[in-house]
Amino acid sequence: MNARDFDWKPLALVPLLALATLPLVGSPSTWLTLTVAGLAMGMIIFIIASGLTLVFGLMDVLNFGHGVFIALGAFVATSVLGAMGDWTQSADLWRNLLAVLPAMVVAMLVAGAIGLAFERFIVRPVYGQHLKQILITMGGMIIGEELIKVIWGPAQIPLPLPEGMRGALLVGDAAIEKYRLIAMAVGLVVFGLLAWTLSRTKVGLLIRAGVQDREMVESLGYRIRRLFVGVFMVGSALAGLGGVMWGLYQQSVIPQMGAQVNVLIFIVIIIGGLGSTGGALIGALLVGLMANYTGFLVPKVALFSNIALMVAILLWRPQGVYPVANR
Amino acid sequence: MSHLLELRGVHTHIGAYHILHGVDLAVPRGQLTMLLGRNGAGKTTTLRTIMGLWRASRGTVHFGGQDITALNTPAIAGLNIAYVPENMGIFADLTVKENMLLAARKARNAGQMDTARLEWIFKLFPAVETFWNHPAGKLSGGQKQMVAVARAIIEPRDLLIVDEPSKGLAPAIVNNMIEAFGQLKQSGVTILLVEQNLHFAKRLGDSVAVMDNGRVVHAGRMADLAQDAALQQSLLGLAL
Repeated sequence: MNARDFDWKPLALVPLLALATLPLVGSPSTWLTLTVAGLAMGMIIFIIASGLTLVFGLMDVLNFGHGVFIALGAFVATSVLGAMGDWTQSADLWRNLLAVLPAMVVAMLVAGAIGLAFERFIVRPVYGQHLKQILITMGGMIIGEELIKVIWGPAQIPLPLPEGMRGALLVGDAAIEKYRLIAMAVGLVVFGLLAWTLSRTKVGLLIRAGVQDREMVESLGYRIRRLFVGVFMVGSALAGLGGVMWGLYQQSVIPQMGAQVNVLIFIVIIIGGLGSTGGALIGALLVGLMANYTGFLVPKVALFSNIALMVAILLWRPQGVYPVANR
Repeated sequence: MSHLLELRGVHTHIGAYHILHGVDLAVPRGQLTMLLGRNGAGKTTTLRTIMGLWRASRGTVHFGGQDITALNTPAIAGLNIAYVPENMGIFADLTVKENMLLAARKARNAGQMDTARLEWIFKLFPAVETFWNHPAGKLSGGQKQMVAVARAIIEPRDLLIVDEPSKGLAPAIVNNMIEAFGQLKQSGVTILLVEQNLHFAKRLGDSVAVMDNGRVVHAGRMADLAQDAALQQSLLGLAL
């Protein structure tokens, strides 16, 4: 698609929201800190939500159990990073990154593998039955949370940032936390890889086509269920990665953390347009920014603000900011 | 005469509804067979049952002598059968090039598509070349139909199944479509075509089957039906 055909309006919402809050916040340095925090939070939510939106788009599967992969990824990270104390307590940022990287990889592998089993035994028997999907995937998440408690215990576990990732960089008077910049960088890498896969490879083309009209993809001779299993695994693995990022962002993990984030990611994929990864990115950034701005300006309405944002967006575009054609 | 596709006593249920009541249909190899009938006669259901998109509850579908009744849709398409549904099945968010690339199963990127065949398709349907890099969803109805048929023939197929290619098209575009199907016929591919446009059917059809109430009520040569006004009146309620 060339630039002339691209719909810029939803993308413009992100800078518009940021600029609109500048006079409300008052101090430019505080505004910059909040904006970076919002974008970092948005990128982490995007990592988690990108797989979920494709899972829904490809097979109309409402996976309310997606949150369990977030918690799983975060708890796996506590074990991996706990075993690499020498590396995480070093002040050298590169040594820290070399500790966080395997934690991310192991979390993604574990979440992807569990995702494969989740699809096979929980989701597959209820294809095409939305109510059963909601009930059984929520049940799957409850079971997953209980299993996490069995393995890691029911208590909150600290997941401290490695030494070199703590602290902030000063940009003028604004303090920008290093980890938020790292989270944004990881989010951008994930988005870049996803965008490249979806736009430049045949598998990506099949996914985009399948989201629009899976029956036609099958009529062209492709087995979309195999594709779906692959997307489900990758989506679960990305949720695991997002769980590591979220856990480090919060610096602690609890078994219920997936359920807490679930609400945000469903808001994001509804804002984005079900099945749209580009829309999920815009939705995630808007949700991240909104949460941080309202948390600072009017903390009492912070919880409500993202639902208000979703309602406002749906009044403007009832199918989400980037609705998928044919759906 | 050998038949490439044969349906014997096919019944299809969609939920509680019994749509096909024992369809017997034979599609001769190398010919263009028209499937005619009033709205609701079961034409689209017959095509979807052949493709495995809806399951036959009784009866059999044979393709090239092989029983394909129980195969799933990708396996049926894998037997070199191309299908253009009534809604054209265009991926609106994808470009024309990407739509074509998806149908070229052997190609991993646009550079691996058969260029000689593409040139042939561009001559048949110039709009495909003109709008190659445009989102398919932005094309007109006629242009989309051309992309849909072009996509179906991007690789050589043994059987081409097309559901109402002239539906909603302007007369000039319908004439282009008739010319294109005429050339496709000459290439030797077997075609099964559902139509409501009787002018289209008369110009292109070699053989014909007429459906009513979920059954084939007449089968024979298209030329014979075209010349028999009384038969047309009794089968279709109008004359060609």
